[in-house]
This record gives sequence, structure tokens and C-alpha cells, in this order.
Amino acid sequence: MSIFLDRDSRVVVQGITGRMAQFHTKEMLDYGTNVVAGVVPGKGGETVFGVPVFDTVKEAVAATGANASLVFVPPPFAADSIMEAADGGIRYCVCITDGIPAQDMIGVKRYMMRYPRERRMVLTGPNCAGTISPGKALLGIMPGHIYLPGHVGIVGRSGTLGYEAAQQLKDRGIGVSTSVGIGGDPINGSSFRDILERFEADPETHVICMIGEIGGPQEAEAAAYIQEHMTKPVIAYIAGLTAPKGRTMGHAGAIISAFGESASEKVEILTAAGVTVAENPSVIGDTVARVMGRKAA
Amino acid sequence: MDIHEYQAKEILAKFGVAVPQGGLAYSPEQAAYRARELGGSRWIVKAQVHAGGRGKAGGVKLCNSEHEIQDATNDMFGRKLITHQTGPEGKGIYRVYVENAVDFNREIYLGFVLDRTSQRVMIVASSEGGMEIEEISAKKPESIVRSTVEPAVGLQEFQAREIAFALRIPAALTQQMVRTLTGCYRAFRELDATMVEINPLVITADNRILALDAKMTFDGNALFRHPHVSELRDKSQEDPREARAADRGLAYIGLTGNIGCIVNGAGLAMATMDTIKLAGGEPANFLDIGGGATPERVAKAFRLVMSDENVQAILVNIFAGINRCDWVAEGVVQALTANPVDVPVIVRLAGTNVEAGQKILATSGLPIIRANSLMEAAERAVTAWRNDQKQNTKMRAI
Repeated sequence: MSIFLDRDSRVVVQGITGRMAQFHTKEMLDYGTNVVAGVVPGKGGETVFGVPVFDTVKEAVAATGANASLVFVPPPFAADSIMEAADGGIRYCVCITDGIPAQDMIGVKRYMMRYPRERRMVLTGPNCAGTISPGKALLGIMPGHIYLPGHVGIVGRSGTLGYEAAQQLKDRGIGVSTSVGIGGDPINGSSFRDILERFEADPETHVICMIGEIGGPQEAEAAAYIQEHMTKPVIAYIAGLTAPKGRTMGHAGAIISAFGESASEKVEILTAAGVTVAENPSVIGDTVARVMGRKAA
Repeated sequence: MDIHEYQAKEILAKFGVAVPQGGLAYSPEQAAYRARELGGSRWIVKAQVHAGGRGKAGGVKLCNSEHEIQDATNDMFGRKLITHQTGPEGKGIYRVYVENAVDFNREIYLGFVLDRTSQRVMIVASSEGGMEIEEISAKKPESIVRSTVEPAVGLQEFQAREIAFALRIPAALTQQMVRTLTGCYRAFRELDATMVEINPLVITADNRILALDAKMTFDGNALFRHPHVSELRDKSQEDPREARAADRGLAYIGLTGNIGCIVNGAGLAMATMDTIKLAGGEPANFLDIGGGATPERVAKAFRLVMSDENVQAILVNIFAGINRCDWVAEGVVQALTANPVDVPVIVRLAGTNVEAGQKILATSGLPIIRANSLMEAAERAVTAWRNDQKQNTKMRAI
């Protein structure tokens, strides 16, 4: 199986009756994702595109064997839904919601720690585009058709910038094993390092393309991990060279507030760790192609 | 969201943090009146602006008479205070805060932040208060004490005591320090702050712990559950264009360059700005119109970007994923037909149905410059801006 998903992943969509959730549920079904259930408290018994809706995650899991969840719940209630998934036996959860209070996410992270590692749900996001293993399953809002199946693992904080990279790879005939959005929030479920660990252990992934941005310590943490533990080549692009210090650039987490959080400092740290850094977003695809060519030779 | 010092002090006082007596004033006369109300013979008058570094910029004055207060505040009101945090445009002074001056023996730094590494609230304290934290960590890093708070149970008294002892607070004041720390933490936690900073926290000559300055920042995502905090927003301290954009659901940040940007997605928006810089230009703004990029949003974005008079070219960069490029292209054409702009417009579309989108732009009859890659778009924007500039200079010469 790819990291997190495969053809047999059984997906529950939390908040499935919302307008956007319905739209993307349809997209996921069309892509071939095994969407087996929806959860909306008080709407148990309804169906959305033939998918049965349950009142609670536990009921959905009991009735359908759901093991992955997509959270599409409005910000005030999203943290509660993630915790419900964690407690309901879901193994992997993607939270799309943008705008969750940071302290709610602190609570979520703390709550997840109460489960022993082997039973602990993995969360990616919030405020992300989701995860796709091309040709197998799509758990998110990305346009599936811009991803070819292949061996590049993509991990990034930004949605559309990730699409940009995928499209460039597709234009060059390069495919993707899995693309994971870790989201633009300051407190997130999984870090770059967490996903890099998975890619390093994943036989389907040969090369990793990491798309970072200003703010936070996670790119530097990833650099340290790459230097010490990774055998697979990593290509990176970091957005925000022209971003002023102390301003939030759209993503709640994209703010330079300490040393090492600016784009140029991150580029420096990653380069020193042996990562090939694409200097502008138009050459992400070419840089991956070059590194893959070099690897094959 | 930032608030003023006096507002932060009012909040923290409710949570048991000791602050000096003070009064807010909207005019020099009111400032003098406030001083009379407070009594005493020495007062500190502080400009209320959303920025640090006020003292060095002339925004904090020690006054020994009502007359001096009038003079000092006459200079402040209506002026822009320029500190190293405000940028060259400064921030307007419309309110001042008058406090009794306090004699103190020691200055301590106290900060509460969201620590992204531990993903918890972290307390940062130093016995070297009065300087900014950046300066403390550069000059006296050994003086900094850090402690993270377990979110399930909150700040424990032993942790607060440990901090007090590490800062060498006199034993008789330990309980006061514990009350100050737990009060700040509760305010942080209960009101969804992202930052609480007291700098300096002082030990007064008469042995009290007192917050001489206070700064609080709140999580914009949590304001829905704190209407009383939302009320404290002061739009006079915000860039008017940014405030207007925020009210319309667009993330906009004004910069100093000449090439306006309209992009969907925050990461792609930053990448677009960077590419403009690499191509030899300077971006005029950051603007994320959201993943949807509907025609209405595109139209709003054009109006917003054009409201910056420095803008001499506009680069539109949209990745249409779920949406189709032809639809986005129609939005651009509609927006430009309804609101013609007098600067070159460069459009780069990528994603679904890109050929159809390009065709709509090409046949629209509008002078839109098209580009295939982001780098190409940025280069064309920079070229168009330079040509436009040359033409303008020529016209002025005639």
C-alpha cells in the first residue's frame, strides 16, 4: 500500500451534507475512492450520492468498517470532529477545514496522545488540500487528473502550489506515489518530518518533492532528519522570499517570527542538509526530472 | 488581532495581574484631566498605537505637570508614530494613556507564545527586561527561562514558582509572581490569545510586582467565540486597504513594489511574488483570492489591487483545479470589461482546460498579455512595467 491510502481504504466523510463536502464527495467517488459513509449528527439515515449518513463516527465504523476520515466540518466544530474520529477507531484522518482556532488544535494534539502509538490515529492538516495516491484513492479536494501514478512523493503546506508542482511533473511524464498536504496552520497534525519518515519507508516512493514556506520550525526539523536518516533524494521549494517579517501571509502559519523562519534561511538550512532546492516555482518539475535522471544514471 | 496597551492591561487586571493606575484620553485636555483624576506629581503619557518600540520613537513621555502633559500630547495627537515595527508609513496616534509614574528596582521580561515545536503554550521569561526579546536572546541568552504548559491541566503553581526562582524574584514576592503568571496564562487560554507580553514587568521601589507595559494578540480564527475581544479592534491602526480586503474575505497585504498580484492560494501567491522579484521587479502586494477564484472575486481583486496607486502592472496567476480555466478566463474578461484598468495586465492560467481559457483571453479584444509559465508571466510583467514606465517618462518630457 502507499503511505496512508490504497484502493481498499474505506472512507467516511464527516460533515458530508455540506455543499462543499457534497461536491468533493462526488469528486472522490468519481475518482474511485471507496467512500463508504458520512457522519452528520442528527442526519443519520439520510444518504448522499448513495452513501449512508450516520449520527456518529462509531456507528459509521461499526456499520461500514470505515478506516479513513475526511473532516469537512466548519471551524468551530472541526476539532471536536477530529477527536471523534480518533476515538471512533479511524486510522487516518485528513482535515480540510481552514480557520480552526489554534488552541483547539493544541487540544486535539493533546487528546490524540492518550492512545498508545499503535492505536493512535494519524492526522494530516488542517487547512490542507488532502492526500492522493494517484490511481488508488483521493482523500481531499485536489483535482485528481493532474496527478499521474508514479514514484515521486510530494509533501507540502500549500494547496495550489502543490498542484503547480504536480502539473509540472505530469507535463514531463513524471508520476506521483502519494501527495500529502500538511496544511498552512501553525499547529498541524503531521509535520514534514512525519511524512518524510513515511516516504523513506515506502517502496513506491523513490524521490521526494517538499514544498515549504515561511514561518515555523518544521522545514528546519525536516532538514535535520533528511541529513541524518534519509537515503532518498529530496527536492525542495520554499515560498516567501519576498514576504515581510511579522506579517501573516494568508496561511495562519505563514509568518516569520523567529530566526530560521524566513525563506532564505530555510533554503540555506535545507541546502546544507543535502537537499536540492528549486530556486523558482517554475522549475520544480525540471529539478525533480534532473535529480531523477541523475539517480537513474 | 492586536489590541492597545490600555486594553491589554484592563484584561490582564481582570485576571489578577497588577497594573498601574491609568486613564485613557482622546485629547490633550482630557489627558491633563486624567492626570488630575489620578493624582500624584509625575505621570507617564503613552501613545496608544499597535506597535512596539514606542519609547525610542517619542511615543512615551515622562511629565511633571499638567502643563507638560498638554504640551507632550499636543505633539502626539494626529501625528504618525514611526517605530521600527510600523514601517515608514507609521501608525496614527488617536489615543493616549496616562499613568502614574512608578519607581522600580528591576525589570523583567515575560512572554506567553504558541510554541510551534512543542505545539503548546510556552512561557518565555528573562531577568533582563526592558529590552526586546530579540535583543535579550542576542545579548543575554543565558538569562532566558522557558517553560511549556501541559494543555490538559494548565499552568501549575510549581511551574510558576520555578520561573519565579529562576528569575531570582525575592521570596516575599513569590506568591505575587505566581499570581501574575497564572493570571496571564488564564487570560491567554480563556480568550484565545496567540501572544501575551509584559515588558517590562517590574519590581517597584515599594516591593510590588507591576506590569508597566502589556501587549496581547488574539487568534483571528477564535474571535467568533469572543465578541468582547472583537470589539477591541481598532481599524485606525490597520492599513485601510488590508482592512477593506479582510472585510471582503480576501487576504491582502500591501507592499512597496509596482507589480500588483492576483493569485489563488497563499503558497502560490507567495511563489508569484518571489518570481516577480527573481525576474527583476518588486511585488506591490500579496493577495490570495481563495481556491474558488469566482468571477466576482476576480473583479473584487482587480478593484483592490488598483486602489494602490503604485501599481503599474498586474499579474494574475490562477491555478484552476476543480474550477476550469475557461471559467476563470471569463471572470477575468468580465472584470476587465466592467472595470477597465490603465496598466498592463498579464494573465497566466494553469490547470484544467487551459487551452480554452487562453482562447477566451486571446479573442476578448482586451489588451491582455498571456503567459504559459509563472516565470514567463513574471518576466512579461516586469517588461511591461518597464515599457510603461518609459512611455510615461516620455510623455512627461513632452
